[in-house]
Amino acid sequence: MDALFFWVFAVVTIVASLLVVGQRNPMYSVLLLIVSFVGLTGLYVLLNAPFMAAVQIIVYAGAIMVLFLFVVMLLNVRAEDASEEARTRLGIGPGPRRFGAVLAAVLAVEFIWALRRIAVAPFASPGGEAAERTASVQEIGLRLFREYAFAFEATSVLILVAMVGAVIIARKDPHRPSGDL
Amino acid sequence: MFDPRLIAQLVVIGFTFFMLLNSAAVLVLMERKVAAFIQQRLGPYRVGPWGTMQPLADIIKLMFKEELRPRTADTFLFYLAPILCASAAFAAFAVVPFGADTTFFGLLDEPVKLMVADVNVALLVIFAITSMGVYGIVLAGWASNSKYSLLGGLRSSAQMISYELSYGLSLAAVIMLAGSLSLREVVDAQSGYWFGVIPRWYVFLQPLGFLIFMTAGVAETNRAPFDFPEAEQELVAGYHTEYSSMTFALFFMAEYINMVTVSAVSVNLFLGGWHGPFLPAWLGWIWFLVKVFALLFFYIWMRWTLPRYRYDHLMEFGWKWLLPAATLNLLVTAGVVIWMGW
Repeated sequence: MDALFFWVFAVVTIVASLLVVGQRNPMYSVLLLIVSFVGLTGLYVLLNAPFMAAVQIIVYAGAIMVLFLFVVMLLNVRAEDASEEARTRLGIGPGPRRFGAVLAAVLAVEFIWALRRIAVAPFASPGGEAAERTASVQEIGLRLFREYAFAFEATSVLILVAMVGAVIIARKDPHRPSGDL
Repeated sequence: MFDPRLIAQLVVIGFTFFMLLNSAAVLVLMERKVAAFIQQRLGPYRVGPWGTMQPLADIIKLMFKEELRPRTADTFLFYLAPILCASAAFAAFAVVPFGADTTFFGLLDEPVKLMVADVNVALLVIFAITSMGVYGIVLAGWASNSKYSLLGGLRSSAQMISYELSYGLSLAAVIMLAGSLSLREVVDAQSGYWFGVIPRWYVFLQPLGFLIFMTAGVAETNRAPFDFPEAEQELVAGYHTEYSSMTFALFFMAEYINMVTVSAVSVNLFLGGWHGPFLPAWLGWIWFLVKVFALLFFYIWMRWTLPRYRYDHLMEFGWKWLLPAATLNLLVTAGVVIWMGW
């Protein structure tokens, strides 16, 4: 049963992510990204991590993607015409494209290398006890605030700085007459 | 093959679905009747005794209306939006418990839980599913390709995102008191009495939290006085301007079911769920229904009493008053919880 669900969610996630890139209409790209996040959420549930699943939906699919959607909707981005874009615009020309292909190849090699390494370690643990247990919120909290307290606090300071920065950049300068930028 | 527990669980699921559908119909009638009494009218009274068959007539009318779609609309998203809205509304209720465990009068050996799914992060699941419902509204606004719809959709999502913060923070205070994210455990933590008289409901420990939760809940469900997404004087009907017939009915239903969910969650969090005096434990669901409908009545009462705010006032209130108040409430609660060593 779990294997069946795994394949369903895995296929949904992968197909949706591929279509995000394959889509010409940016609106559909955003929506397909949400679908792929939902697929990921299903995988988290199968891994007995309901907290991660809920957070995945709330943070990524719920909060971040709404902002993406807003940007696409408000900027009224049209469906792109690939052939013309590729010829006229900088950045999608043949040069950067080749560079991107090289980067993609490097990433693929890295992935294969990394996956082959971890395949032996946690997934194949014969006891299976750790995998069966549902990760409780309490446990995650204790880990975060005891073992990883420094990383956690450092991240929160980073986020705070970014937030203050965003507010300052977006703020209108009251001393400067408007329209003078 | 025929595991009695499986059958019992299926019965509970079917019952929940049936009750949610019906509660939307009952609420429509309730809203019209209460509105009528507040405005010194009679309200619907022709169809059935005391107008009780009115919702049925409404549904039949909606089904036989013509289905219209603007020519420039994005067909796929246009029809996806109401489905998203309605299914999110139904799905959110899945983790809400509405009664103590029951054996169905001894038919079963082991008791079943009166809820669709007992998840240990129930509150987060409700949040997650509600945030999916926002997409239904945004997409409805965008796919209709009409300025009123788009404005309504944008307003609605901006409002929901802003008020979700205070909503979440007021929940967090209750979670800290109960020490659990599961609604069932939060309800169980509220059984019993203080000094033998006052029920151990969190509303007495968290009066500010309850107020914030209810206010944010009204904004989340897009009800008056925060009904900007469909402010009819400015936006015709907001995000569902271009919808008709059953697609419109789906939005309509989703709104009422969301009201039921918000009320049910606040009953579970603040008003002791199915715990109450006089009735034995297995009749606890009666208390649950009574409390939920009291809150729903309060919603309707508020809608017909208060005028709509102005949009900038709404945003200012949400960010400058509600959010700081919720944060303060959370900090004080956290301090007290640590100090008292709960």
